[in-house]
Parts: sequence; C-alpha cells; structure tokens
Amino acid sequence: MHKYANPTQFIRIANAVLPWSTAIAVAAFVIGLPLALVFSPPDYQQGETVRIMYVHVPAAWMSLMVYMVIAGSSAAFLIWRHTVAHLIARASAPLGAMFAAVCLISGMLWGQPMWGTFWVWDARLTSVLILFFIYIGYIALLDAFDDPERGDRAAAILALVGSVNVPIIHFSVEWWSTLHQGTIITMDGLTLSGDMARPLLIMVAGFTAFYVSVVIIRLRAELLAAKIRNARQSLAAAE
Amino acid sequence: MDQLVTYFAMGGYAVFVWSSYAAAAIGLVGALVLSWQGWKAREREFEDLRAARRGQETQ
Repeated sequence: MHKYANPTQFIRIANAVLPWSTAIAVAAFVIGLPLALVFSPPDYQQGETVRIMYVHVPAAWMSLMVYMVIAGSSAAFLIWRHTVAHLIARASAPLGAMFAAVCLISGMLWGQPMWGTFWVWDARLTSVLILFFIYIGYIALLDAFDDPERGDRAAAILALVGSVNVPIIHFSVEWWSTLHQGTIITMDGLTLSGDMARPLLIMVAGFTAFYVSVVIIRLRAELLAAKIRNARQSLAAAE
Repeated sequence: MDQLVTYFAMGGYAVFVWSSYAAAAIGLVGALVLSWQGWKAREREFEDLRAARRGQETQ
C-alpha cells in the first residue's frame, strides 16, 4: 500500500483510470437518464415524483461514500503522514458537500408534494444536514491556519471525529421513528421492482464514476498546487 | 404534441421533478467545470513559475 503514497506513482494510476471512469459515467447517464425520466413506470403511491429518487438516492449514497473516503484518507494521513491520502481527502471534500446538497434539495422537493412539507427535523434529515455542515467545516478548516500543515491536521481530525455521523445517518431510519423510508438496497437484495431498480443502480454507478473522474482532475490540481508552493519557496530562497 | 405536454407535466408534479433534476445537473456540471478550470489555472501558474525559474538561472 505504501508504494501508492508516492505522488508520481499515484498520478500515473489515476491517469490510467480517468478515461475508464469517464466512459462509465457518460454511458451510465446516457442510458440511466432516459430510463429514469421516461421508461420507468410511475409509482402506484408516489406517481411521477418517484423519479426524484433516481437523483436523490445516488446523491445520498455519494455523500456517504465520499465522506468515508475522506475519513479513511485522513486516518492514513494522520498515521503514516501520506501526503497523497491528504490530497485525496482535500480534493474530495467539495464534491461530497455538493452531493449532500443535491441530496437535501432533491429530498425537500420530494417531501413537499409527498409529505406536505419541505422539511421535518427528524433523525435522517437532520443527520444528513449535519453531514453537509461537517463538509463545510472540513473545507473551512483546511485553509484556516497560516501554517498549512496545522490546517491539514486539524481538518483531518475533524473528518475522523465526524465519521461518527456516518452510521447515525445509515441506521437513523431504524433507530428512530422517522418519515423517511427505510433502506432500499440491502444485503438481501433490493426492495424495489426491477424496472425501478435498474435505472437506480445505473444512476448510482454514473454518480460514482463521475466522482472518480472529477476527483482525479481535482487531484491533479492539488498536486500542481503543492509543486507551485515548493517552486515559489525555492524561487524566493534564490533571490 | 399533447403527449409531450402531458409528459412534461409529470402528473402535476412537474415543478418538483424537474427542479430536482435541475439541482442535480447544476451540482454535477458545476463541480466538473470548476474542477477543470481549477486544474487548468494551476497548470498555467506552474508553467509561468518554471519560465521565471529558467529566467533566474540564465541571469
């Protein structure tokens, strides 16, 4: 695992992954969007609003997945001082915040017609809102110190502490009574008919591949930013 | 034509369904564009610095 900590080695692998993840993302959206918006049936209870699920659930899934990537990378950064791990977390955070925002907005737009309200302070909705705020706090902490290393470590610690929220979000629908529906995708399979499960899974794959592609682009920018900092320092030292 | 109108009406839920997809599109496309621009900007910055460094070496 430690050999991937080498930035040059890592970016070589990432560059090889990029065309594949991009192709998967494009294919998934080209197939998934018509299925989600046209060819899947309306729900017998929710009517056409069920189509909101095909962006809401993938966004919710990604907001948790990206958080787990950040927490895992932050642990690797704090334990082994892997700079690449930290840069992965740094590059991921704005994307995770975006997914959480899309999840919250699409959820509210479904809640209004189906529950009769945009928002309720129940366990699932509140814990996802907290996730969004943790993302914002993480991003703010990264550049909050004059000494970048202190900011990096403070943010990494916040990411680890905040990971307690991940199981709370996941199990909130079981632990507390909530308006939110239960888990759709379980270990035993799907609690959803095939013509709704297919577009959902394709959209989840599309969102995941999209994240992989965009995080690689962001990672290139982060690695360049680190090089720029070093070059500036040596330039200043030479003067 | 009527069929299209019925389709876009989404059974009376047009505002909610289309706003959700618009929010997702703005989020994803926005993230992609900003990330791409950020990478390109860093690349230009790095090239400028390299040029400055070469200038310093030749002095």
